Amino acid sequence: MEFEPVIGLEVHAQLRSDSKIFCSCSTQFGAGPNTHTCPVCLGMPGVLPILNRKVVEFTIKMALATHCRINRENSFARKNYFYPDLPKGYQISQYAYPLAEAGGIEVEGDENRKCIGITRIHMEEDAGKLIHDEHFPASYVDLNRTGVPLIEIVSEPDIRSAEEAAAYLRRIHEILVYLEICDGNMEEGSFRCDANVSLRPRGQEEFGTRAELKNMNSFRNVQRALEYEIKRQQYVLEAGGEVIQETRLWDDAQGVTISMRGKEEAHDYRYFPDPDLVTIVISDAWIEEIRGTMPELPLEKRERFLRDYQIPPYDAGVLTASRALADYYEEVVRLCGQPKVASNWVMGDILRFLKEDKRDIRDCPIPAASLAEMIRLIEDGAISGKMAKEVSEEMYRTGKPPQTVITEKGLVQITDAGALAAVIAEIMAANPTQLAQYRGGKDKLFGFFVGQVMKATQGKANPQLINDLLKKMLP
Amino acid sequence: MELYSLTIHELQEKLRAGEVTAAEILASVYQRIDRVEDKVHAYITLMRESAQAQAAAADAAIRSGDIRALTGIPIALKDIYCVQGFTTTCGSRILHNFVPPYDATVVAKLRDAGAVFTGKANMDEFAMGSSTETSYFGDTRNPWDLTRIPGGSSGGSAAAVAADECIAALGSDTGGSIRQPAALCGVVGLKPTYGRVSRFGLVAFASSLDQIGPFTKDVEDCAILMNVIAGYDPRESTSVNLEVPDYRSFLSRGIAGLRIGIPREYFIAGIDPEILTSVRQAIGTLEKAGAKCVDISLPHTEYCLAVYYIVAPAEASSNLARYDGVKYGFRSEEGRDLLDMYKRSRSAGFGDEVKKRIIIGTYVLSSGYYDAYYKKASQVRALIRRDFDEAFQKCDLIATPTSPTAAFHIGEKTDDPMQMYLSDIFTISANMAGIPGISIPCGFTGDGLPIGLQFLGGHFQEGTLIQAAAAYEKTAGMAALMARQKQAKMNF
Repeated sequence: MEFEPVIGLEVHAQLRSDSKIFCSCSTQFGAGPNTHTCPVCLGMPGVLPILNRKVVEFTIKMALATHCRINRENSFARKNYFYPDLPKGYQISQYAYPLAEAGGIEVEGDENRKCIGITRIHMEEDAGKLIHDEHFPASYVDLNRTGVPLIEIVSEPDIRSAEEAAAYLRRIHEILVYLEICDGNMEEGSFRCDANVSLRPRGQEEFGTRAELKNMNSFRNVQRALEYEIKRQQYVLEAGGEVIQETRLWDDAQGVTISMRGKEEAHDYRYFPDPDLVTIVISDAWIEEIRGTMPELPLEKRERFLRDYQIPPYDAGVLTASRALADYYEEVVRLCGQPKVASNWVMGDILRFLKEDKRDIRDCPIPAASLAEMIRLIEDGAISGKMAKEVSEEMYRTGKPPQTVITEKGLVQITDAGALAAVIAEIMAANPTQLAQYRGGKDKLFGFFVGQVMKATQGKANPQLINDLLKKMLP
Repeated sequence: MELYSLTIHELQEKLRAGEVTAAEILASVYQRIDRVEDKVHAYITLMRESAQAQAAAADAAIRSGDIRALTGIPIALKDIYCVQGFTTTCGSRILHNFVPPYDATVVAKLRDAGAVFTGKANMDEFAMGSSTETSYFGDTRNPWDLTRIPGGSSGGSAAAVAADECIAALGSDTGGSIRQPAALCGVVGLKPTYGRVSRFGLVAFASSLDQIGPFTKDVEDCAILMNVIAGYDPRESTSVNLEVPDYRSFLSRGIAGLRIGIPREYFIAGIDPEILTSVRQAIGTLEKAGAKCVDISLPHTEYCLAVYYIVAPAEASSNLARYDGVKYGFRSEEGRDLLDMYKRSRSAGFGDEVKKRIIIGTYVLSSGYYDAYYKKASQVRALIRRDFDEAFQKCDLIATPTSPTAAFHIGEKTDDPMQMYLSDIFTISANMAGIPGISIPCGFTGDGLPIGLQFLGGHFQEGTLIQAAAAYEKTAGMAALMARQKQAKMNF
């Protein structure tokens, strides 16, 4: 029997607000344990939460970007459970009345574009962290992360393969980063994902029993974990067994998912409306104000690049991977007027340099204006493409503009036809044998003469000019 | 006349006139505390030294001409408010050693107004109780009869004011915890509108019901304290940003023309006949003074207690989850693992009444029971609120007994929770509806125990309550009666 996977994803994204969701403590990552805390996020007796307006604004942005319906009135609930990283003994989250519902995004699927539905987006607070001593039987609690704002983005079970899941995640990630509401750092836990996966016989409407997968901290791991889990469930079903509804942890080292807890041990979170917080009322005016500040989103930008710059889809994809890169590229094009050449340089040398140094485009030592000027110099024939490679490397190393680099390195191309003709005449005189062979019909030797000219001019001669002159003088 | 027996406004006159100093007032209050505290046990923690420093600062301020609303006035705080640097126990073992690093908003406001803090008053554990008998730190006695309870949960605050162990006090009221002990101790107690006084720094019991309010010797003092503590607090989301009137301006407006609603559901069998008689007499006095009485109905009254014992425990079960032995307060050292540590810490840290309510609250919020209990209770609560909205179309305020009985004996109801819970039958509705209520003394039983008269008002109508209470107090000559009774009965 052929099985079809049914996958839904839950993404937790930390929002980049300066302060926490219910107090004014900093959200900065990496500070000393418990230094970014106050009585409110420590859950001391008597403290009360005050909602950070920025968090609502950021969530509205995500809702708009994913075409969700924004609930004009929404509210917080308490999710009750005991754990040392949860100082109040409950997490403030949204339950019955989330901020946004019923949206979706387009994802490049296996064959063509496909819409993945988004069930809901809601705001909540993050929990702290436990640090377990390796040498001593003790655990420590760091509550810096407690109260850092999160949004949970829950997809519909519309995803049908591990690859599609990865594509969806990349899109969500890209949108969050584009909106500048999440730094998207998966290692630091700013972007986390859980997956629900089940199988059903192809053609069957009804869903199978699902497993929830946790602990996948990269796109690659999400894909690997899903691929493993799909196979695992397939073996279980093919052997006539039943999939158990349970939570399974991805074990990266072993490449398997491991059962964590079954349904019978499932928590009863005893959700109820948080009496300390009032209903959040979102006006149309506020939504419109936020809409006005929305940047162009990756998919729209990609389409515009294809349309306006006539570059291949692959190039458009790479160049719009981040807002900063797209902005850089567009600035280069604006100044040099050559979209495809600019794309080649940005995607080729620039991204390679940055990757080698693990640098962001925002920290690129070559300003867009310099790259554009260099492209213009190639176009004008002032330098050859080969020289330009050397120029760009030097520009990256020193940050100097192309003209300075060219002057300093003496890289100016010889474009004086008279001077070049003299050089060619000398070469012809010095290589009579080859000249005779060429004239006798051995056309291949044309390249030999080009090489000799380049050698004599230390590569500074304009290749086109060499070609033209040789064709005139050799016969 | 000893200084400790005076009111805020009387002492203020003397302070302004330079007849007394804040230090002398405090010394007088502490002299009283030293004499009666071991009998009454109104306090969990005394703040003698810091009070002396505050009094000295008050005297310096007075000399420099900086006299504020409460400069030099000794005030007791229910041990439910966080006071920076002072143990805040909430009457519980689980917080027996908790020292808050911050002041509650009301505490900061009192501080700013120049008040002197005498100490932290005893209370039922986490404000769960009607007699102050559930306190981990022992019970408080009613100063009118030391074999009886002072009411609760703010029993320590009420007893401290009645026994002159402070000039005034603050309490908190979740289901009558200010008004009922005020009635049983013969003092004035006001529960403001939900959202009128900041809850920030008040250790939460039931967040949608809790409200802070004053205990005072007379209505004028009540207005003085309300002027200080009422107002919007940006640190509380449920705080209401509405202008605060000068409550003193209501004191001499008289009662003529006010329509007083008499809810038939509050004058029923089961009330102590002496109380019924006294409250009816008080209403008669008001009518004579020009008030107009109207018969009203609050049809959902019979559900108040049931709804309260779902909503309050539900919220409490969540609010008290933070006391887990991890961060502060009591932790059992015998835990074998995390879960065991939680169980042992909470089992030993909480008393029986608190545990009972946590269990009830956990149950009513559980999956499969939520709709039948919590959700249904929330719906009925909306009906109770509507009852009041409709009633206040017909009247300006409502008069009822505060409590169905006068102070009962220590231990009398501890084994009968239903009887205990019925103590709050007339006070809980105001918390359900979020409206203000005041209890003022209106007489004494044959045994010489105080009886309380309750006025309920519409949202943010504290001024009207103060107006009616002041008018009654004056017309009935309560000050003189109280002084005579105290002389006769409270001779310890």
